[in-house]
Amino acid sequence: MEILKYIGYGLLIIGGIFLFLGALGIYRMPDLYNRLQAGTKASTIGAMSVILGVGFIQPDWLIKTLIIVVFIAVANPLSSHAIGRAAYKAGLKPIMKTKMDAYEKTQNIQETKEVKL
Amino acid sequence: MQDGKSSISKFIYTFIVVFIIWNAFTWPGKFTDIQLAEVLTGIFVSIVLALLTNKFFSSFGLKGILPIKILYFVQYLFVFLIALIKANYDVARRVILPSLPINPGIIEFKTNLKNDFAKMVLANSITLTPGTLTLDVIDDTFYVHWIDVTTEDAEQAFKEIAEPFEKILLKIYK
Repeated sequence: MEILKYIGYGLLIIGGIFLFLGALGIYRMPDLYNRLQAGTKASTIGAMSVILGVGFIQPDWLIKTLIIVVFIAVANPLSSHAIGRAAYKAGLKPIMKTKMDAYEKTQNIQETKEVKL
Repeated sequence: MQDGKSSISKFIYTFIVVFIIWNAFTWPGKFTDIQLAEVLTGIFVSIVLALLTNKFFSSFGLKGILPIKILYFVQYLFVFLIALIKANYDVARRVILPSLPINPGIIEFKTNLKNDFAKMVLANSITLTPGTLTLDVIDDTFYVHWIDVTTEDAEQAFKEIAEPFEKILLKIYK
């Protein structure tokens, strides 16, 4: 079972690199939506790979870690969607180079409704 | 749509899934080490959970575990994993390059999926694929933040972002 151990260490290193890249992305990107992009993708695969790596090093835990990996794959994008939507509703305008904002028009309808209430 | 038959089928489906998850969490490592008390507790907990949540947990009941659907699901998993790895390569490249090559915008497109759960799976997959982040889903319209807008046309964007996933999802959730 030596090979499994080395695969596990490899996954830990890959996960660490991606978590670092995610943090770097959050630091470098210009606005919240782009930061969410970098943060979500990199941290999802980073966390998945680290947890799976632990599972490979300690094979007794492999099934449990697989369930946690599936849970992260489902929960992470959901939470980033919630943050992005809430930020847009709170009035944070994204930085655009193309001036393409299809979401804006739905926003206005909902805002007028909320004002009436 | 809520007749008694489908409700029982949903109950059984939920029970099976919850029971499998319970056993996976309490797996002791060897088949001979399984404790009877744990399995019995698992059955009890699964029955209670299945009674409470079968309405929300499954929309198809036992049809959800037809072998053909599981095969399509495995295919979906492979497509998704490849997209996930591509996405991370893409993000890593954008973050590391000093010029920060981004061209962000929010685009919309319509999906053909009717099932709510399928829409959620598609939205989650879009978030984890290269350069896209689902901001909102209103009815059948997806609003997606795209880090590198190559087209502003809804049809074209749909082809580039969602088509490979939707093809398989349409087969699973007819």
